[in-house]
Order: sequence, then structure tokens, then C-alpha cells
Amino acid sequence: MKSLFLSNDKTANVVLFLLIALIVLVPLCNAILPSASALHFSAYTVSLLGKYLTFALLGLSLDLVWGYCGILALGHGAFFALGGYAMGMYLMRQIGERGVYGDPVLPDFMVFLDWKELPWYWYGFDQFWFALPMVFLAPGVLAFVFGWLAFRSRVTGVYLSIITQALTYALMLAFFRNEMGFGGNNGLTDFKDILGFNIQSEAVRVALFMISGLALIGAFLLSRWIACTKLGRVVTAVRDHEARVRFLGYRVEMFKLWIFVFAAMLAGLAGALYVPQVGIINPSEFSPLNSLEIVVWVAIGGRGTLYGAIIGAMLVNYGKTVLTGLLPEIWLFTLGATFVLVTVFMPNGLAGLLLKKGRETQT
Amino acid sequence: MTKPLIDRYKTFDIVRRPVRPGELDVSHKTILYLEDVSVSFDGFKALNNLSLYIDNGELRCLIGPNGAGKTTLMDVITGKTKPDSGSVFFGQTIDLLEMDEPAIAQAGICRKFQKPSVFENLSVFENLELAMKADKGAWPALFAKLNGEQRDRIEEVLTSIGLTEHRKQQAGILSHGQKQWLEIGMLLMQEPKVMLVDEPVAGMTHQEIDRTAELLLSLQGKHSIVVVEHDMEFVRSIARKVTVLHEGSVLTEGTMDEVQNDPRVIQVYLGD
Repeated sequence: MKSLFLSNDKTANVVLFLLIALIVLVPLCNAILPSASALHFSAYTVSLLGKYLTFALLGLSLDLVWGYCGILALGHGAFFALGGYAMGMYLMRQIGERGVYGDPVLPDFMVFLDWKELPWYWYGFDQFWFALPMVFLAPGVLAFVFGWLAFRSRVTGVYLSIITQALTYALMLAFFRNEMGFGGNNGLTDFKDILGFNIQSEAVRVALFMISGLALIGAFLLSRWIACTKLGRVVTAVRDHEARVRFLGYRVEMFKLWIFVFAAMLAGLAGALYVPQVGIINPSEFSPLNSLEIVVWVAIGGRGTLYGAIIGAMLVNYGKTVLTGLLPEIWLFTLGATFVLVTVFMPNGLAGLLLKKGRETQT
Repeated sequence: MTKPLIDRYKTFDIVRRPVRPGELDVSHKTILYLEDVSVSFDGFKALNNLSLYIDNGELRCLIGPNGAGKTTLMDVITGKTKPDSGSVFFGQTIDLLEMDEPAIAQAGICRKFQKPSVFENLSVFENLELAMKADKGAWPALFAKLNGEQRDRIEEVLTSIGLTEHRKQQAGILSHGQKQWLEIGMLLMQEPKVMLVDEPVAGMTHQEIDRTAELLLSLQGKHSIVVVEHDMEFVRSIARKVTVLHEGSVLTEGTMDEVQNDPRVIQVYLGD
């Protein structure tokens, strides 16, 4: 059990190796092989893979909260979406005069809604150096305020899950409103440039893919390091016996808050990398269903291992792409059935299965 | 804190230095004061005007039939349950009713649960490491590293609870008795002033019970210990002073012999 929760290094290293191979080989195949070759990755495929990587990062961040700290957060998508909006606002302001209405300052949707000037919270987003910290700060501050209130009042278990779900739902409704100034139900889209480079160009897509991969690897290593510190052990202890930790003199709420805010920031980063690769961010990213789906990825991959979340997110999303292409009607049924089967027959997910196999071959 | 060059309160040794706020004052030899403490749950009086005093360094046994309020008493002392009325003081100056569980634990009152409560997914060593007296904040924990002295301290406790060979084992696969010891070890790591020990020998073999008695006896004097236990033989083997609880108040106090021959105690235990 311990190796399950403190990451079996062998499997973790294999996953790490595969990720490194992926971010080296995919750009290589894209650049060297002729487009007729079967192994050539088109810009579309590269972006698709890049999207999976950002989902893996999102799954990883939820695993810290759920797998390590035992908080079943059903609103984790909210932090992803906030990071995405922060990036989207930067990209929106890069459009400048190239918008349909040609306004040098106001994004198209504001002109369309007859806004006269930029709302104050859009200031600064034309600068990347300002937008980048916002990617972390926006979800981080929300997580801090929400976590502070919830953990201090000792809301746990199902109740906490329900209010996290309510949080993301409320944000979705708010972002749907045109008055909010985030583009209403259309969201932010029609991006042109990122840091002065054409966002549609193949080189930028490959670069975004590689950055997503590096961010995932970095987050994985950082999370694994945290899990191995005393803080990581306290967090695991909170999951297993919260009251005991409190009677040892630890302020449990502070540890929960720490890991929750950290995970929210990682989710924000994932969202910020996701948006330029899919080219749009809209309020549907806040939908409770999205957050539930993250939980399913982590459950299928195996929680409390970090790499399990990565495997789960990549596999489920690959399955989603394939199935929604072939038989769109059955995707949700398949996802639901897989979730039920995994919960019943593989409570520790794919990672648990791998560990068991590993142990059998050892003995 | 740097020691002041001239401590104006220390001019004469016979003049007692006043206690600074938040500092434990046991100058009256009593470390825990509970006075007129009442707790009720939905009309049921779990504690009923209970008054109890624990001396500094003493080993006290609490006995009483089921529902007498033993565990509720521990809950009140450790901050888990707030009483409806009464006062609870740690030493003369520290009001425990104003503090929450982590603050009380950091002040030096530690507790072993009735059901052995160790972190099953962590190793024996890590369990002790988490319990160790240290800065218990989140940031310090992120960069915490064990120094030689702390390692020695953990080894010392491992020896005294007889789990040296199991240090790398996961706590979850220890036997029931070993878990109990590990939890006592976790209390020791906190360097407590007061140890509240709820049913330390439940589910132990005779040999294990003897070793536990030995362990607790070796600790008295260094720590004030309150033991709740049902096993009368065990209580007899360690007890200097026994307090009998009944229906939420103290029925009687005294040595084991006095208590066992008290007709009220016999009536409570055996019924009319």
C-alpha cells in the first residue's frame, strides 16, 4: 500500500521516460518525416496530443487534492477554466485592430455589446508578463478564499464535494452573463498571436505541445518531491486519520489549504496551456460535468500515485476522441460503464493493476 | 529567547518569578484542573458537575462503567468537546477552553485514542517523525529535515516501545498491541506534559500487558499520565491513585484497595 501512495518509482520513471520520449519524438516526426508518411504528425494531431498533456496536468493536480489529501473536489475544472480565461484575455488583447470591428483596444464582443471602454479587470492583460502570473493567481486566490472558509469550518466529505460542485456551477452561470465582460456564452476566441507569433502556425503548435509536455513533467517532479517531504506525509496522514493529525498539534486546515491552492495553480497552468491549443475558452469549461470527468480520469488511472492520473487522463481522452468520432452517441455510456467497472473491479485503478503485476513478477 | 542579563525577578531565589502568559505554571503541584464541568448531548448528561485535579508527574487511573463519561472527559481536556459549563485549566494560568485541539496539543497535552490510531500508510519511523515536537506549520513542514539529534530521539523512542526492528515497516501491518505501543511512542515524541491514555491494553496478550505496565510506570514522574482502562488487573499493577467515575461525576478517589472496598463502587459495578 505504501508504494501505491508514495509512488512506485519504477512505474513512475517509466511514465516519465515515455513523456520525455513523446515530447522529443512527436516534434521530430512532425519536422522530419514527409507529410505522406504514416508516422507524420500533422499540426492538428500535435495540438490534440498537446491537449491531452494539459488534461494530464489537470488530472495530476486533482490527484494531489483527492489521492493524497482525500478531498474529493468536484469543482476542480473551475481552476482550469480560470487559468484558461487569464490566458484567453491575453490572447484576446493581442488581436488588436485585426478584429472584425477593428477596435484597437476593445475585443470584438465588447464592441458588439456597445461597451465604450475596457473594464478595469482587463487592464494589463495586453502584457504577457502580467497575464502569466494571473494564470496562477486567479485560480490560486479563488482556491485560497474558498478553502479558507470551507476547511476552517471543517466541512468535509460529501458536503465539501457538493459545495465544490456548486462553486463551479455558480461560476459557469456568472461567466455565461454578457455583463460579466468575459464574452458571455461565446467566450473568448478568434485568437491571432501569442508573444508575436502566429498561433495557427505549425511551429507555434509544436512549441505549445512541447511546453505542455515540459510543464507536465515539471509539475510531476515537483508534486512527487512534495509528496516525499514531511508536508506530503502530513497530507497523507490527514487523508487517513484527520483527527489524529489534529491531536498531534497540526492545523489540518492549513495543510489542506496549502495543497488545495497549489493544485488549483497547477490546474490554472493546465488551462492556460489548453486555451491556445484549442483556440477557444468559454463558460462550458466551468460545467460540473467537466469536473466530474477529471475525477473519472484519476479514478481510472489510479489515485494517490500521480502517474496514474497522467495515464488515466491520456487514455480516457484518447478513447473519447476515437469514440466520439466513430459513435458519438455511446461515448457517455462507455465512460460511465468504465467508471463503474473500474470502481468495482479495480479500486486502485490502472496504477494499482500495474503495481500488482509488478509484485507478482517479483515473487 | 535570549536570556536577559539581569532578570529583575531573579534577584532573590526565594522570590518567585511571575509566570508569563501562556507559560505552564505548576507551582501548586497541580497540572490539570477541571471544575464543575458539565457536558450534555441531547439532554443526556455525559459529564455532570465533574471536578478533577491531576498532580504534576502523577500516574492516575480512571475507571468506571460504560457511559460513565471517561472518553467525554478526555474530549473536553483535548478541546474536541466544549463543555456547557465549568472551567478547565492547564496549570494555574492556561485556560484550555479558549484553545482548539492543535493549540492544546502543542501546549503539551497529548492523547492516545481508544481505538489505536496510527497512520497505516506510513512507516513506523514516519509515524514517529510526524508526531515529533517541531514547528507544525505547513511551510516549515515542506522544508523540514531531520537532524542528528532528532534521529536519535526517534531511535530512543523506538527502543522504549520495542519497535526498533519494525521501523521501516508500514504501521498498518503491525499487530494490534504494536499499534498501541506505536501510538504511545507518538505521544512520547511530542514530549508532552500530560498524557491521556485511553485503554492502552485493550486487545493485548498478558505479556504485552506487562510490558505496557512497565512502560507507563517508567514514564511517571517525567510526565503526568491519565490512564483510562477497564482491565482491573492492569489498573492494579500500575495505579497509585484511582478515580472512579459514575454517571458523569467523580464517585470516589483513593488507592486501588480503598476503591475496591468502597460499597458505592461495588454497587455501581455489580448493580443492586
